[in-house]
Amino acid sequence: MTRTITAGAGAPPRRAVRPVPLGARQRWTRRAPLLPALTFAIVVTQIPFLVTLYLSTLDWNALRPGRRAFIGLANYGEVLTDARLRAALLNTVLLTAASVVVSVLLGLGLAILLDRRFPGRGVVRTLLITPFLVMPMAAALLWKHAIYNPSYGLINGIAGGSTDWVSQYPMISVVTTLVWQWTPFMMLIILAGLQGQSLETLEAARVDGAGPWQTFTRVTLPYLRPYLELGALLGSIYLVQTFDAVFTITQGGPGTATTNLPYEIYLTTFRKFEYGEAAAAGVVVVIGTIVVATFALRVISSLFRMEGAR
Amino acid sequence: MTTLTRHGSRRRPTSPARRANGVRGAAWTTLAWLAGLLFFLPVLWMVLTGFKREVDAASNPPTWFFTPVLDGYRQVFDRDLTPYLLNSVTASLVSTLLVLLLATPAAYALSIRPVAKWRDVLFFFISTKMLPAVAALLPIYLLVKQLGMLDNVWTMVVLYTSMNLPLAVWMMRSFLLEVPSALIEAAAMDGASLTVTIRRILLPIVAPGLAATALICFIFSWNEFFFAVNLTATRAGTSPIFLVGFVTSEGLFLARLCAAATIVSLPVVLAGWIAQKQLVRGLSMGAVK
Repeated sequence: MTRTITAGAGAPPRRAVRPVPLGARQRWTRRAPLLPALTFAIVVTQIPFLVTLYLSTLDWNALRPGRRAFIGLANYGEVLTDARLRAALLNTVLLTAASVVVSVLLGLGLAILLDRRFPGRGVVRTLLITPFLVMPMAAALLWKHAIYNPSYGLINGIAGGSTDWVSQYPMISVVTTLVWQWTPFMMLIILAGLQGQSLETLEAARVDGAGPWQTFTRVTLPYLRPYLELGALLGSIYLVQTFDAVFTITQGGPGTATTNLPYEIYLTTFRKFEYGEAAAAGVVVVIGTIVVATFALRVISSLFRMEGAR
Repeated sequence: MTTLTRHGSRRRPTSPARRANGVRGAAWTTLAWLAGLLFFLPVLWMVLTGFKREVDAASNPPTWFFTPVLDGYRQVFDRDLTPYLLNSVTASLVSTLLVLLLATPAAYALSIRPVAKWRDVLFFFISTKMLPAVAALLPIYLLVKQLGMLDNVWTMVVLYTSMNLPLAVWMMRSFLLEVPSALIEAAAMDGASLTVTIRRILLPIVAPGLAATALICFIFSWNEFFFAVNLTATRAGTSPIFLVGFVTSEGLFLARLCAAATIVSLPVVLAGWIAQKQLVRGLSMGAVK
């Protein structure tokens, strides 16, 4: 189970790209296996977006049948000045950042603990990854009812007191549940990194008189950086879309304290039936995502080996 | 730019510094065990509570020792969990199969015999994964409603296929890149047809990769809630929908809820436990080996 990451400035292509230009027929033979997947992805993901664009220009509340008028960009004005949506944006950033940072740090700590041989290491690893495998909806219900509940929850049952965790610390409650689920994910990726670290480097650091802490901060951490980035990036892609935990544990409340963007747009669509506004909010979120994703894609392309084709 | 490579498969020797030595080693071992148990505690609590009577489940202080009963499980099945489980099985298995059928040839066209703009295509796929599902919800809901496909398990199959396709393309590509090109060229030299090359050379090498990809796709579709809650109801509801309905319909029965939560989590937990190695590779989209 040796895993290695070798960093360099620009991975050289493994094989040179074939210099001979291909004929039209050959090009299509090459494209053929790709087309079904590509067509499917375009149809299922891009058409809904075009429809969203169209819907966002309508004044359409599904509770008032028959009244559906073109109003241009008015929905966008509404959305951009909406205090609820701004709160939701802030909550999304907070929730994602807090969950990612805490789970990466905890995952790093656990990975270091597991990067030694000790009796029962396999069992501990198995115990640790279990939270990630539990169905998120099951996890959210479990934490809300069996753990946070003020009268018979596990926390108050063990520690005493009658704190109503969910209503007093709504954001922390949601983040704790997410961190519990995502720490194992981070641990797995970081542990894979640690196990690929060459012993020669560590030995060299030791011979040069570096203490364990110095070795960790000067040698191990820089070496782990791509793994930490990869974990954080993939974690953010999933956590920014958090819905289950908010839906179950706090319903976005109290007030809008834990309403994130997915939950807010869900409310606009299926509780207020403001289709036009929901669509406009969706478009705004997509544009925001594209901005963030452009940056993220740059990180991805540096994290994944993008060696040349054969 | 970073390259992830495999350094042979030799086992790394344990360094003297990392071998558990004396008191400090024991302390680290204890700490690791405590951390493992702490993270597992909520799961253990869920499983235990599922075997309690309702009185013991909602007690304060918590009940740790009790005679296990199966009441919770019996009531879960009395309330018709089975159709929901079957819907989940259909949606997850069929979509996983479809994803593999679509993604494997696509990955081939992005690695072994690449199209001209393979880089752009690869990034197109991953960018669809970044698009927030919530922005697509309304049009999908309206389209599905128009087509009369609301509360239909095949709608979920299509959506889960598109949800997992990018992941699968990236993963399968990383597995196909591991096939030594000399092997493929040798096969071509020997006059092997494409089908023979695929069956005899590619498939045996990427089989573990296919398994890892299938595992990840299965996990994500089994656990999916957002589209399920908005597009399905009683007929096509998947297991997370069953869990939600459980709480709202008749107040809270903790033992029953925990029994249900245990059952619906079990397939993924078992699969993940068994295939831990594939899990790492899959979750990192093939970047970490």
